[in-house]
Amino acid sequence: MNISEIKSKIESALPGVSVKIVSQSLLVEKPGNLTRVVRYLKDSPEFRMDYLASVTGADYLDYLESVYHLYSMAKKTGPIVLRVRVRRDEPKIPSLARIYRGAEFQEREAYDLFGILYENHPDLRRLFLWEGFEGFPLRKDYLQEDSEILEAEDIQWLEEHGIPIPEDIRKQAHELKQQGLRALAQKPTKESGV
Amino acid sequence: MDEKTVTVQDTNPMDTETLEVNFGPQHPSTHGVFRMNIVLDGETIVSVKPVMGYLHRNHEQIAENLTYAAVMPYTDRLDYFNSMANNFGYALAVEKLARIEVPERAQYIRVIMAELTRLVNHVSVIGFLLNDLGAFFTPVLYAFREREKILDIFEAISGSRMMCNYFRFGGVKRDVSDADLEQIRKIVQKFPAFLDEFEALLTKNEILCMRCQNVGVLPPDLAVNASITGPVLRASGVNYDIRKVDRYSIYERFSFRIPLGDKGDVYDRYYVRILEMRESVKILEQALKGIRPGEFIHPKSTSFLKLPRNFKPPVGEAYGRVESPKGELGYYLVSDGTPQPWRYHVRSPSLINLTVLEDLCVGHKVADAIIILGSIDIILGELDR
Repeated sequence: MNISEIKSKIESALPGVSVKIVSQSLLVEKPGNLTRVVRYLKDSPEFRMDYLASVTGADYLDYLESVYHLYSMAKKTGPIVLRVRVRRDEPKIPSLARIYRGAEFQEREAYDLFGILYENHPDLRRLFLWEGFEGFPLRKDYLQEDSEILEAEDIQWLEEHGIPIPEDIRKQAHELKQQGLRALAQKPTKESGV
Repeated sequence: MDEKTVTVQDTNPMDTETLEVNFGPQHPSTHGVFRMNIVLDGETIVSVKPVMGYLHRNHEQIAENLTYAAVMPYTDRLDYFNSMANNFGYALAVEKLARIEVPERAQYIRVIMAELTRLVNHVSVIGFLLNDLGAFFTPVLYAFREREKILDIFEAISGSRMMCNYFRFGGVKRDVSDADLEQIRKIVQKFPAFLDEFEALLTKNEILCMRCQNVGVLPPDLAVNASITGPVLRASGVNYDIRKVDRYSIYERFSFRIPLGDKGDVYDRYYVRILEMRESVKILEQALKGIRPGEFIHPKSTSFLKLPRNFKPPVGEAYGRVESPKGELGYYLVSDGTPQPWRYHVRSPSLINLTVLEDLCVGHKVADAIIILGSIDIILGELDR
């Protein structure tokens, strides 16, 4: 069954749902319709997509995306690739964890690294990173901490432990702390062009 | 009886306090830095919450900042017991993305390496499972004796025992000599005898049977719903092997069977692995018979191996998956036409197979949690990424 046949079957079975073909996959235009589409693919005897192989996110700068790879273990067919796009400032997608248990950890991972909020997830917490971690590291605008950066707190710690620090660095650190900045002595990088 | 006696009815039998125990991250039975947050009522498990991330290094972000070719050695570090299987999945995904063809001899070498890896993994996992059961290090030493022989082959062929970094897009790094093939033939020939010896020690062992049978039963419908793959799924009786379903590489040329369990308990997971090794030996025998001289890498791909920044797959996406010894190992790649992947995602079987850990453990004793975890077969390099 090719992708346009699947599209027309979904649209005729579920009135009001519109899907678009994007590079051999189906884009569900309204995120709210995702659970309906997935339930249809899972339950209809034609598809029987009982196995959710992979859930992941992706950042395309203008929007965030969640990608689902569905296979059928009963009929040994697949994959049907579904995708959902949401705005970066309001990344809310219905969770599939109540339809497929296999989505539970994978959605937590996508939340952890992309900040996509899966609504109605039974336990949406960070999976790998610790509680209180700021930011979502796989977003393209995430600024990575550099090991070359010396932080004001580091200098304080070094001083408390009696490790001598050059006077100019200490002065700089103090000034930056006054300004409310965290780091100093950043190594020039290609991106910043310093 | 004038004095007041305390009877059983006076104390409420349910009036016990639960105890929260942290297994790990430094517990030897967790196979690495993994933590299980277990709530116990006496010795019985009430709930299990896996806590992970101690080995997290954001593998996906590292890969997105590298060229396609430079990611290959990083994939070795995912499942550090089976680097060849990880290479295989990544190579397949990139070949799908860039539409690269692989010559026949390279396909044969790949299948031989993948199946040898499966032997290494299954034999060690069974050894470690027995370790968890209390058979301290005797089965592991039997297993590692065989593993060493295969690792010697990997060293001779790729230059490294565990971090092989052997696969390339469109083939493999270097050719396998006839002497190496002869060595592999010898190992494969002797392997069934080793398995018989191993099984004589274990399969009908009374302690193994009593500890493993009817423990951690995974029903097939839950297994499918929770996206469980690999030997854990097949031990529950679901016939799903990606080597048969996708017929990737040249697996359609070999005749082999898919061993299935019928109960889905720890014992079935153990025995399915033994039977899978026997099938892997069959594949290896056929592959060693079928391998012919030829190219080990596609001539077109040698050019971009020298200049990895010139390798720019067309805009698009691909999902390549292989049956790694632990389950479905998938790589999801998105190319934007630059030398670096825009998005790189690893679907790791170790992580997703843990979804059912709580379902398997609740109601069993605390000692059973350790063998249930051992029978799921996780590896932290792949789980945490």
